[in-house]
Amino acid sequence: MSEATSQKIPVTVLTGYLGAGKTTLLNRILSENHGKKYAVIVNEFGEIGIDNDLIIGADEEVFEMNNGCICCTVRGDLVRIMDGLMKRKGKFDAIIVETTGLADPAPVAQTFFVDEDVQKNARLDAVVTVADAKWLSDRLKDAPEAKNQIAFADVIVLNKTDLVSKGELAEVEARIRGINPYAKLHRTERCSVALADVLDRGAFDLDRILDIEPDFLEADDHDHDHDHHHHGHDHHHHDHGHGLKHYHDEDMQSLSLKTDKPLDPNVFMPWLQNLVQVEGGKILRSKGILAFHDDDDRYVFQGVHMMLEGDHQRKWKEGEPRESRLVFIGRELPEETIRKGFESCIVS
Amino acid sequence: MKEFSPAPDSASIVSVTDRVKPVTLGMGVTSVHFLRDRAAFVGGEENVAFVDDKGKISTVTVHSGGILSTACDGKRLVMGGDDGKVVSLDAKGEVTLLATDPKRRWIDAVALHADGSYAWSAGKTAFVKSGKSEEKSLEVPSTVGGLAFAPKGLRLAIAHYNGATLWFPNMAGSAEFLPWAGSHLGVTFSPDNKFLVTTMHEAALHGWRLADNRHMRMTGYPGRVRSMSWSAGGKGLATSGADTVIIWPFASKDGPMGKEPAMLAPLQARVSVVACHPKNDILAAGYSDGTVLMVRLEDGAEILVRRNGTPPVAAIAWNAKGTLLAFADENGDGGLLEL
Repeated sequence: MSEATSQKIPVTVLTGYLGAGKTTLLNRILSENHGKKYAVIVNEFGEIGIDNDLIIGADEEVFEMNNGCICCTVRGDLVRIMDGLMKRKGKFDAIIVETTGLADPAPVAQTFFVDEDVQKNARLDAVVTVADAKWLSDRLKDAPEAKNQIAFADVIVLNKTDLVSKGELAEVEARIRGINPYAKLHRTERCSVALADVLDRGAFDLDRILDIEPDFLEADDHDHDHDHHHHGHDHHHHDHGHGLKHYHDEDMQSLSLKTDKPLDPNVFMPWLQNLVQVEGGKILRSKGILAFHDDDDRYVFQGVHMMLEGDHQRKWKEGEPRESRLVFIGRELPEETIRKGFESCIVS
Repeated sequence: MKEFSPAPDSASIVSVTDRVKPVTLGMGVTSVHFLRDRAAFVGGEENVAFVDDKGKISTVTVHSGGILSTACDGKRLVMGGDDGKVVSLDAKGEVTLLATDPKRRWIDAVALHADGSYAWSAGKTAFVKSGKSEEKSLEVPSTVGGLAFAPKGLRLAIAHYNGATLWFPNMAGSAEFLPWAGSHLGVTFSPDNKFLVTTMHEAALHGWRLADNRHMRMTGYPGRVRSMSWSAGGKGLATSGADTVIIWPFASKDGPMGKEPAMLAPLQARVSVVACHPKNDILAAGYSDGTVLMVRLEDGAEILVRRNGTPPVAAIAWNAKGTLLAFADENGDGGLLEL
């Protein structure tokens, strides 16, 4: 991590549908003996209150930026609160933003990309979503907000696992993976998750976009082609012996692209820019590690809706396969168009 | 064809840096005001530090947390804090509690009227207390970004999302909404009471001519405008946000409509704060690299007050007579200059 990045105050965004256990997780974080002080931006005072920490009430005021980018919404109250908090620099080590159960995480995340002053002082660390093992499957059917929160997450805390059977747990996990195969998933009871698993994740740190493989590759011991979680319909198309189902969500998908042939940066960059300009409303998150033609450096990028940031990261290591990998998570992604566009960026 | 003249390098600029009395406050500073002839440096939290003309510092505790907003009329300094309190500080150093938000919400904005009335905001609500009359309040559609009293009459401007609201607190149902898309943060009336100007979340100002609510868009800044100051007599509005001081012309009845602003004192750094001299056509500007300049409005002639090489200048102010200039950077290293 660069020095400039490490001096910025890390911000964790805590989301989750009503009743999933956000407050439990928050209290857990605050009461643990970690020697750190947090500034916590909450929507409602009351249920939390640890003497040592700064608790700030927020109003979740979302507004559009006047920059011609329709999906470019930010949280105006956060801009104001960050401004006030910066007067008390040194009084806290990190910031946690708790959203309401019905909130879309995008405006929160975008605040940390578009606002110059906020960006100067703080960095988005990760979006952590708490999900209710018992009710999430239902919410994914009737609550678009719940789906957004899962799709947006870097870390998913699947809570209340003690209230469901093994089969039900497998079912809900499969539903989550159908939407977002890349988030780190932790199964918990009463949100008992190690703090290191939710805080200081560096999920938006370009230097740490090291692994954009689906998380379940490592987490689970099954084998099938994970590049194909983006097709088919809302039914399970694989049924494994140990009961792991594979769902595809009707409107929220992830799409991964991969090639071991070098990309032409002069074609790829305009293509990617144009793609997020045109389809940015549908693309919630994007990430990529890229191998360009005649370039010994790895290029990494990440994006939220229409906002992209990218940089040359480091030299490709000797023996490291020079592969390009991209991931998009979004709603009704035009898969064929994206695939064809990507293929046209390969140096022939 | 113009004659070629080399740009003046820093060595050839008139400098008064040796006449500045250095002030080391030992706290983060966010603004400075004059209470009579003592400079009052407002800290990021808890304290205000008085500095007299000899450079002697005395500190007063005013809030039990961050100090979020300030307004000063030369006789008293009103502040709002994240402790939910509105306090005032007078020239003797006495602190008076003016109001406490029942829910201890942040006091995001304050304003002070020439007749002693004061206003503050918490969340979407603006409050006014005038003389012995009861406290009045008005809720606007979104969180208040800034407050300003009109120079005439008891009228308050409230900046918020998608515009500003003008309100006569003593007249029920008098709120008038001036719409303009976007988030409005700071707000100021022109001294002749003819124009209202807001700073926006975007790098722009917006203005309304109050006679007919005609719009004035003032754009082109590379960064957000955080500091505005009316020149003597209200002929121009000097602003931060660019690598020159931008001064919009307000002398004519059309204000800056269809006109270019003056751009003075260009440096390789952003202007962070501006303060116009109260009587003469001179302004002082602080920059993001720590430089402080005095600039003559007429021809842009510059005098160096402080060299670069520090954190951004966060505070700058003249006393009412215009004989003293005070400034400080974000870390609380500043100075006093007597003219």
